[in-house]
Amino acid sequence: MKFVDEFRDPELGRALAGEILSLVEPGRRYKVMEVCGGHTHSIYKYGVDDLLPANVELVHGPGCPVCVIPMGRVDDGIAIAREQDVIFTCFGDMMRVPGSNGSLLDAKAAGADIRMVYSPLDALRIAKQNPDREVVFFAIGFETTAPSTALTLKRARAEAVTNFSCMCSHVTIVPPLRALLESPDLRLDGFIGPGHVSTVVGARPFEFIPADYGKPVVIAGFEPLDILQAISMILRQLDEGRCEVENQYRRVVPYEGNLRALEVLQEVFELRPHFEWRGLGFISHSGLKLSDAFADLDAERRFSVPGVRVADPKACQCGEVLKGVIKPWECKVFGTACTPERPIGTCMVSSEGACAAYYNFGRFAREREVV
Amino acid sequence: MTDQTAVSDREQKILGIIETARGKRARFRDEQINMAHGAGGKATQSLIEGLLAPAFESAALDEMADAGSVEVDGLELALTTDSYVVKPLRFPGGSIGELAVNGTVNDLAVSGARPVALTLSLVLEEGLPAHELRTEVAAIAGAARAAGVQIVAGDTKVVERGHADGMYICSSGIGRRDPRAVLSPAGLRPGDRILLSGSIGEHGTAIMLARGEFELDASIESDTRSLWPAVDALLEVAGGELHCMRDATRGGVASVLNELARASSVAMIVRESQIPVEPAVAGAAEILGIDPMYVANEGKLVAFVAAEAAEAALRALRSVPGCERAAEIGEVRTEPPGMVLVQTSFGGRRVMDQLVGDPLPRIC
Repeated sequence: MKFVDEFRDPELGRALAGEILSLVEPGRRYKVMEVCGGHTHSIYKYGVDDLLPANVELVHGPGCPVCVIPMGRVDDGIAIAREQDVIFTCFGDMMRVPGSNGSLLDAKAAGADIRMVYSPLDALRIAKQNPDREVVFFAIGFETTAPSTALTLKRARAEAVTNFSCMCSHVTIVPPLRALLESPDLRLDGFIGPGHVSTVVGARPFEFIPADYGKPVVIAGFEPLDILQAISMILRQLDEGRCEVENQYRRVVPYEGNLRALEVLQEVFELRPHFEWRGLGFISHSGLKLSDAFADLDAERRFSVPGVRVADPKACQCGEVLKGVIKPWECKVFGTACTPERPIGTCMVSSEGACAAYYNFGRFAREREVV
Repeated sequence: MTDQTAVSDREQKILGIIETARGKRARFRDEQINMAHGAGGKATQSLIEGLLAPAFESAALDEMADAGSVEVDGLELALTTDSYVVKPLRFPGGSIGELAVNGTVNDLAVSGARPVALTLSLVLEEGLPAHELRTEVAAIAGAARAAGVQIVAGDTKVVERGHADGMYICSSGIGRRDPRAVLSPAGLRPGDRILLSGSIGEHGTAIMLARGEFELDASIESDTRSLWPAVDALLEVAGGELHCMRDATRGGVASVLNELARASSVAMIVRESQIPVEPAVAGAAEILGIDPMYVANEGKLVAFVAAEAAEAALRALRSVPGCERAAEIGEVRTEPPGMVLVQTSFGGRRVMDQLVGDPLPRIC
């Protein structure tokens, strides 16, 4: 494929792997967090981590929008989906995420009309095709997907579609990163910055990471060469004693972000005082809800939702895995009570989660050599 | 440097637990059936291995082949059955009628049996336009002629409007075991080469696009066809060196490889760069975020052939119409048993796991 294969060239990959090897200080251990679930996915899809020396360890961050949705919110979604005449729509990945009493997939099997969509506009189309039904879109994701939800809501308003509403579980990227960085037991040397989020918010919001916490950030694209290059840029910063935000993904990410998208977000959403993250707990000003101007399209106001907070299972140590404090296999329930088929915690839910990835890859990750 | 990176005892133990769990027969513990149970991945496996096979206690069933063996007075037969619930009924490159013939014929073929006869059971929805039924009946007749099988018995049922998406078809097939075939899902040997009969992912992608749920336009046609000619060619050149075959339907090539790696307690390494994928399929998969290795085919087989016979087998396969793009995509190894690894085109390695969940509903 043109414009894609160029970024998957194995020769260039080998060259970058060699460069990374030359930047690694023998005996030193490096932990680099890729913030975004999209990066985790690419890393596994292309086997990028297999090309790194074993003392460069990639830690999977909190940027998987599916993994971070807490049980209580899944329960709320299921409660709405079970209402008479509701068609509940969500992204496919969301279907498997366990609530306190089953997933959306289970609710669907029990009779709720739950449909997978690829875009919020698909949900709006379903609403227009079914004027006698209430169509609810379960909106999830970071600043990457929030603009498309916002535009869909604006379109619903413009077209006077009254049977459409949105259960907003959008989140923002900076607060959870700050929460991670505040954690005293954090062990990370640098961050691969989230490329897709940055196309919207720009590079500027990440300046606090080097400034306040002394860790380098390199915003990266999602092709394997992008990721390898970002890792080498982080190692080079460490090697040269620099610490700054660099932009590897300049072909897409402007420093100031996408101003029009940011404007739309301002118009349609406002920050919630608190939002609960699975594995990370409550984080202030980290979640979005519909602004007062769009309140009539807010599913949480249109339907009664239980809104009960369900604590993460006690045995689950996803928070520590996310911070890089423990490895997946060090969690008490890993591989025994918590498996990809029957996940307990967020990290096992999506194939992008750190635990699911380790469960599947396990021993091979250990075969690499340390320099 | 081994101090910090040596795998600790505890980690070894946990990895051991996982590997044992993977090798175990899946248990069926769900409280209700959901769509994942029909997707051909882990949930389907739990249903078959955890509920069905134990209940029926049959050695033929325990083999987990595509068709079961029956011996009648020294005559070796293969018997199989399949249901077709695809939506939409017609799609580029085929229709439910053709699938109902070819799918069942292929289950016999890859079991090393020459397809002889089929039975056909039609479940029709009240209100189905007669011309649609006529079209499918003609499609069934045409596909049966092309595959050289006879339809020898049938049944019809009609259900209320809203219950069968137009029509469902069940077909059963009987075939005669080919004397050249020595096949078994447990017959894979380290060193065996993995052959694939052509480009992958066309059927599943064609169906997905035909549903019109994605605003994507591409000319991708289902690959539905009888695989007997391909099987015949392979048996002719490889005979006993051909250890196992599977048609890579629901769950795609990835699911077939995983099932067989477990059944034979072997590992496999697959070279991604050798796997033929049509550019339109690769493009659609890229946009939809799907790996073509998990997408259904209706006319592609995977064959495991001893190394010394692999070259000739591949040549024979490529001479069969429709298999021109056949390729050797990898080989069987010993370690780690039950696992399928991929050497990615980019140069790294990863595990190609069984499908979890249900990316593409109702494709066959």
